[in-house]
Amino acid sequence: MNIVVTVKQVPDTYAEKKLDPSDMTTDRKSGDNVMNEMDEYGVEEALRIKEAHGGEVTILTMGPEKAVEAIRKALSMGADKAVHLSDDSFHGSDAIQTSAALAAAIKTLEADIVVVSTEASDARGGVMGALLSEQLGLPQLTLARKVTVDPGSKTVTIERQTDDGYVTVEAPMPAVVGVVEKINEPRYPSFKGIMAAKKKPLTILSAADAGVTSAGLDSATTAVDGAEPRPPKSAGQIVKDEGDGGSKVADFLASQKLI
Amino acid sequence: MAEILVLVEHENGTPKKVTAELLTLARTLGEPSAVFLGGEGTYEKAKSFLAEYGAEKVYVGESADLQDFVVAPKAEALAALASAKSPAAVLMASAPESREVAARAALKAGGGLLWDAVDITPDLKATQVVFGGGTIVTSHVKTGIPFIAVRPNSTSPEAATGTAAEEKLDLAFSDGAKTAKVLDRVVEAKSGRPELTEAAVVVSGGRGLGAAEGFEVVEKLADALGAAVGASRAATDAGWYPHQNQVGQTGKTVSPQLYIALGISGAIQHRAGMQTSKTIVAVNKDPEAPIFELVDFGVVGDLFAVAPQLTEEVTKRKG
Ligand SMILES: Cc1cc2nc3c(=O)[nH]c(=O)nc-3n(C[C@H](O)[C@H](O)[C@H](O)COP(=O)(O)OP(=O)(O)OC[C@H]3O[C@@H](n4cnc5c(N)ncnc54)[C@H](O)[C@@H]3O)c2cc1C
Ligand SMILES: Nc1ncnc2c1ncn2[C@@H]1O[C@H](COP(=O)(O)O)[C@@H](O)[C@H]1O
Repeated sequence: MNIVVTVKQVPDTYAEKKLDPSDMTTDRKSGDNVMNEMDEYGVEEALRIKEAHGGEVTILTMGPEKAVEAIRKALSMGADKAVHLSDDSFHGSDAIQTSAALAAAIKTLEADIVVVSTEASDARGGVMGALLSEQLGLPQLTLARKVTVDPGSKTVTIERQTDDGYVTVEAPMPAVVGVVEKINEPRYPSFKGIMAAKKKPLTILSAADAGVTSAGLDSATTAVDGAEPRPPKSAGQIVKDEGDGGSKVADFLASQKLI
Repeated sequence: MAEILVLVEHENGTPKKVTAELLTLARTLGEPSAVFLGGEGTYEKAKSFLAEYGAEKVYVGESADLQDFVVAPKAEALAALASAKSPAAVLMASAPESREVAARAALKAGGGLLWDAVDITPDLKATQVVFGGGTIVTSHVKTGIPFIAVRPNSTSPEAATGTAAEEKLDLAFSDGAKTAKVLDRVVEAKSGRPELTEAAVVVSGGRGLGAAEGFEVVEKLADALGAAVGASRAATDAGWYPHQNQVGQTGKTVSPQLYIALGISGAIQHRAGMQTSKTIVAVNKDPEAPIFELVDFGVVGDLFAVAPQLTEEVTKRKG
């Protein structure tokens, strides 16, 4: 079974994120970057599928040179090899363009299952699984909180999260699976895993290698016109409960006409 | 006037409040046409609602395939309609499934996609609150039809009579759209309370509640306020409350008039889901808890003392 997992390097969750004022793209240079936390769940699920049914897990990333750090993290968790789409022309790509580039790379990998996580902490789009399904013409099994693979019948069944519960959805392989964070508990890379990751095969693909012709800021379908920090809230009022905390909140709510 | 398509957000035909918000917003941009996609016989329940909020036209697509297969049939129907009508924009709710439908439809129709918009100007520039609520961005779609997903609770719905002239869609789905088949539908969390993303007031509980039983305190306050109940991931992971109620980066994004956090520390992933709430109140026994950086009003104290007292006061004052 060939399993491809997309992972994205994002600005550190706990650091302040900002746009680069020169071209209004996400600033990926100045702060610390990490593998998108949600992608750990995708990598974990791929490893579990491999452990249950055999096969190979390939990590796929599109991003600047230093996104290789995210690749190393995924490899150290136990993935077998990686493909890095890296080209200056990718800078500023929007979600639709990114999906086209990722899809072009996935086509060369003969995947049985493509695993994405639901959203990255920087863009919070939650659309990559849907876009990859569209680009690749594969069934969309996204928002999965449980995944069951049946190699015999070549089907994948998921529990897709809904507003008030879930729906069970089944599709033939190959398929695109999108996971939510309730699905598993990602493993920590072991020391052995970290050492082994350095020696695992890594293929670097340029836009031309992958056959991607339209990428980057200039041909993006969307454009950012401006950005400003959200005006800071004026400091709130904080009181210590002296036995009347509840009434004080009620007074406040009444003063705001909220009750 | 330019046509604006509005994808109707509904449950088995019954429109959700966000549909009224989208139609209200669409009226400021052009002439709103609602797009209803649902199972056979479901449209009847939406009809009068769409007229009441100013839909001039309604494109009605009813087919079992729209319910039996995930996302792809809806995306095909929406893309075909958008390509045929070339509207000035297509609006939908920035909710998980509608965003997926919009993304696929935008790709098919050669348009562009913006999500998490909180406002749209008449020249179709969208305001988005990004990076967990810290930054406000203005953006636009520069190629093809703009597909813009709008966050629930961004506009107050205002009624306006529309003709709601019906046009039946001639639906034909490709085989490729009929591969991810729904086998079963399970409802786990039906509480009778307002839906989390639509509620005007949300009361959320976290690890500070100590146990599932602790949520009684949250529910009592929520019921006194007519609020929805939310939870932090710590609380849903512990199994104290259903995960459908999780607020945050990997849960729901809420933007109510009033958000009350009980025993929640205010981790960055939680903030990402509630930071744009208009008024924020927190009760936490730790004066250093980061949630206090966000609040309009905070009480440092034991939630098991403060929340019941608040519930009592609210009930009393409502008379
Ligand atoms: C990939 C990823 C995604 C995540 N997504 C989400 C998400 O969507 N939503 C989310 O919420 N979290 C999310 N998290 C988790 C997040 O990082 C925090 O761990 C979580 O929000 C903490 O929940 P909490 O505030 O309830 O618990 P804690 O951080 O443990 O805080 C409990 C608070 O309760 C207070 N307290 C205790 N007892 C009392 C009392 N009797 N009275 C008053 N106060 C009391 C304490 O002082 C403390 O501040 C995510 C994490 C990751 C890694
Ligand atoms: N540049 C990228 N490289 C690899 N995977 C990506 C990239 N962008 C998005 N993804 C995948 O799509 C998911 C959702 O991302 P987003 O749509 O940016 O919120 C991420 O968690 C990744 O799994």
